[in-house]
Amino acid sequence: MTEKTSTRRRLLAAGASFGGAALLAGPAGLILPAQAAGLAPTPTMRGGANNYRPGAPIVTRIGGGGFMMTGTVRRAGDGAPLSGIRIQIWAHTTEGREEDERSHGATLTAADGTFRLDMPQIIPIFGQPHGHLAYEGAGSSFKTCFLRPVMANARDKSLAAHFVLEPA
Amino acid sequence: MPSARALLIWSALAAAILVPVAVATTSPYLDWRGPVYIGAGFAGILALGLMLLQPLLAAGYLPGLPPRPGRRVHLWLGVALVVLVLLHVVGLYLTSPPDALDALLFRSPTPFSIWGVLAMWAVFLSALLAIFRLRGRLSPRFWRLAHTALALVIVVGTVLHALYVDGAMEMITKAGLCLLLLFATFRAVIDLRAWALLRRRPPPPDRR
Repeated sequence: MTEKTSTRRRLLAAGASFGGAALLAGPAGLILPAQAAGLAPTPTMRGGANNYRPGAPIVTRIGGGGFMMTGTVRRAGDGAPLSGIRIQIWAHTTEGREEDERSHGATLTAADGTFRLDMPQIIPIFGQPHGHLAYEGAGSSFKTCFLRPVMANARDKSLAAHFVLEPA
Repeated sequence: MPSARALLIWSALAAAILVPVAVATTSPYLDWRGPVYIGAGFAGILALGLMLLQPLLAAGYLPGLPPRPGRRVHLWLGVALVVLVLLHVVGLYLTSPPDALDALLFRSPTPFSIWGVLAMWAVFLSALLAIFRLRGRLSPRFWRLAHTALALVIVVGTVLHALYVDGAMEMITKAGLCLLLLFATFRAVIDLRAWALLRRRPPPPDRR
């Protein structure tokens, strides 16, 4: 019968030491690899690729403009800004639906990794005022990434989206 | 000649349902939307409005419609709700197939679509159970409990779905309609003692 008691004690002791170990190792285990890897890549967002049209042309402005889509593109790990990266942008706007060809356009990032594209005012569709952005990675040195940022207010005149690309 | 009280109740109810719909028709968003998307949206708005009648009819609160004839109307409104939900979903699918599929498969980025899809399945299941009930295949006890539970899922799911949508409905009239729907539903469930399966008393005379 003493066996049972000692087993339970051992179990408790083991549990306590395991808990203590987890407490010590846990945070370190979480933080250290992240620090080693540096800036984590941006994951593709749910629904980000909806109504995407591969290879939309580079434009100076989508339609009549009046709404500004801005953002940055950086490299995962060291966070270095990436220049000359092609970003495709589309949305449901005052001038067209998401799947319409005229609602799509692409732009290139500047030397500091920023991009901006003038486009028509975004209108809520499917219950949220949102835009779509794509980094089309096929055949390049980074993996494809789709973003779907949501505006805080449907009357906003701009929207920002930031890419951290993962080397392919 | 209906009494002044009856007239007042019916006009207040008509206003509660029609004012939010009328205000939604003035939404600036409609200018940038195609007819199919507008139709899909208003099918949803109408369904939300007509849903308010369901608990009132089931409990026999409305003047001139005591529970028994009231439930015939409740049944046909239920059919109308199934049709409106179908129009809503099919219209959204035609507007943007990938977004509608994401919602139906519970993988949509919009947090409110999950409540809408949940309410949709509860509406369909309600209709299915009603068919079995009309054919006498379900016991009154099971039917009563299942239908009440599904009604609660439908109402709460629909309200959560509607409130989070940034769409044609204006926020204050939408919130007002949703509050009325929640209040009417919980009041009816409590008054009908839907959970009391054996001993059910008739509602007190002041509710007749």
